Amino acid sequence: MARYILRRLISVIPTLIGVTFVIFMFQRLIPGDPAVAMLGEHAAPENIARIREQLGLNRPLFLDRDSLVQGDLGGFFDSQYVRYLSRLVKLDLGNSIHRRIPVAETLGLRFPATVELALLSMLIAIFVGIPVGIISAARRNSLIDGVSMMGSLVGVSMPIFWLGLMEIMLFAVILGWLPTGGRLSTGVQIQSITGLYLVDSLLTWNIPGFVDALKHIIMPAIALATIPMAIIARMTRSSMLDVMQEDYIRTATAKGLAERVVLFRHALKNAFLPVITIIGIQAGTLMAGAVLTETIFSWPGIGKWVYDAILGRDYPIVQGGTLLIAIIFVFFNLLVDISYAFLDPRIHYD
Amino acid sequence: MTPLMDLKNLRVRFHTDEGMVKAVNGVSYAMEPGEILGVVGESGCGKSVHALSIMRLIQTPPGKIESGQVIFNDRDLLKLSESEMRHVRGREIAMIFQDPMTSLNPVYTVGFQIVEALKLHKGLDEKAARERAAELLTLVGIPGARQRLDDYPHQFSGGMRQRAMIAMALSCEPQLLIADEPTTALDVTIQAQIVDLVIRLQQELGMAVMWITHDLGVVAEMAYKINVMYAGYIIERGQVRDIYKKTRHPYTIGLLGSLPRIDEPPGTKLVSIPGLPPDLLALPTGCPFYARCTYRVERCLEENPSLEEADGVEHTVACWRWEHIAGRVSS
Repeated sequence: MARYILRRLISVIPTLIGVTFVIFMFQRLIPGDPAVAMLGEHAAPENIARIREQLGLNRPLFLDRDSLVQGDLGGFFDSQYVRYLSRLVKLDLGNSIHRRIPVAETLGLRFPATVELALLSMLIAIFVGIPVGIISAARRNSLIDGVSMMGSLVGVSMPIFWLGLMEIMLFAVILGWLPTGGRLSTGVQIQSITGLYLVDSLLTWNIPGFVDALKHIIMPAIALATIPMAIIARMTRSSMLDVMQEDYIRTATAKGLAERVVLFRHALKNAFLPVITIIGIQAGTLMAGAVLTETIFSWPGIGKWVYDAILGRDYPIVQGGTLLIAIIFVFFNLLVDISYAFLDPRIHYD
Repeated sequence: MTPLMDLKNLRVRFHTDEGMVKAVNGVSYAMEPGEILGVVGESGCGKSVHALSIMRLIQTPPGKIESGQVIFNDRDLLKLSESEMRHVRGREIAMIFQDPMTSLNPVYTVGFQIVEALKLHKGLDEKAARERAAELLTLVGIPGARQRLDDYPHQFSGGMRQRAMIAMALSCEPQLLIADEPTTALDVTIQAQIVDLVIRLQQELGMAVMWITHDLGVVAEMAYKINVMYAGYIIERGQVRDIYKKTRHPYTIGLLGSLPRIDEPPGTKLVSIPGLPPDLLALPTGCPFYARCTYRVERCLEENPSLEEADGVEHTVACWRWEHIAGRVSS
């Protein structure tokens, strides 16, 4: 197992290099120039040239053919991408073009907000989706099955931004129960330990802080959870239905076990493999879905930050933020693969 | 002697998109304690469905036990609540199935699956249950039983899995073991071992055994009585000797004729029954075997014969012409 994990971790490196390449290239395919974005459309050309020089934007993207022609091998490799990679190896994500502060610093500040939102959404999706799927399968073609499958169909089809806006409209504007956005009300303080406000406020037994944080996070978390919840519920249902046809389920019933035991002990563990795969994929997509949700709810996480950076052509932020999301995605997939071996004794790695 | 189980007029239906499948059509018979009963017939004749109905393991819907009684230990199993029925399953009646490859849960160890039943019905604690499970595996002839408890089903061969299934079924000392074609999926040599094992255990433990098969050769060796089923009916029933020597139903004759015999001269052709069993969606009003029968007369088309006493001890047959057949088939 340890060898397998090590091998998988090593194989992550080429994947991530590929990711940096794709992010780097696609970003620069978007029209627009950071220097122009900084100085405005009517800036003097020499000022723009100076800024480009400072940021290294005057260098070629990948390789400098002219330097090679002149026999300057160092200059040949002195491109934007190679500079970026060589900084990355030193774990330096560069500085924000506009704010002039290290990307890593802001990332460290904003990342916990996204993690908190994504984790809570995932927990909601799992703890609602899986039981709904199981009940639907156990009471197949009943009213409760019909309602929950209809609900999940609506759930998958609903655009996050629309759902988010409707939530704000109902709970914040009309009913006034919840704040429209943000992470904490002004004046509320939570001592930071993990950076996750819900956890920190509980650790320090700060109940008013916890309630305030919960009020802020609940709407974006539900908006973000809807699609994965619906997908998990449908996957659980169909996987359970498959497993419940198996002979060993009949054996378990013939033994005299209660339906509950048959479902949760004998069927669920077998039905879990496809479900966990879906959960892994959803966990990754969730990080990406956070971009929309965070924007709507002004959630101070990396999603909104990256979104703003794309508009401002702030290349280092986009690169840093996206790379982090990619790493998380790869990590979740590794976690899923490892969990297979724990769920199914027939699966062995090495 | 009061019978262990008394089946009365059991009818089972399946409601499908194509219509109603009449799977079991009024089956009645009794089983004594400790009796070995063979249930034979072609695929789809209602053997398995009637057995699963006794355990109330028919998937409902689409299946439904339409009417009848299953009197077991003086109470009707069909009238028990689901939770009362759970105490019958595994403890009073246990079942082993056709395919040992798929009948054990792949994600739990063999030991866990045996221990589970012991804890449920015998109230044993983990340690005692494991002890007993190891004994049971030894009893069914699995060497190194204690170590093999922690193996998963995929680490067992087919024959060993069926042995483990038998150990699991016998764990709570049931009064009736229903074996639904337990050897069909196994190699011939393994088949014989499993048959011997069940006969030996039946003698040691004294339980009744219902052995469902399409292999008349196997039941001849072990059973005391045989039910021959066709299209959801019992069409002939009697002691093994009478079924083989005083065969009275044309279908049974056909079944026996399709068995190869070792004392036949080489080159003798096996007799097969022409045609297929009737569509259970649309059973004929007359005898269900009419279309394939070589002894048929007008009456067979109009009226379905019910079981009546034939010659022999407790020998019953559902055929208008059994006396005619008795005259022609040399006994």
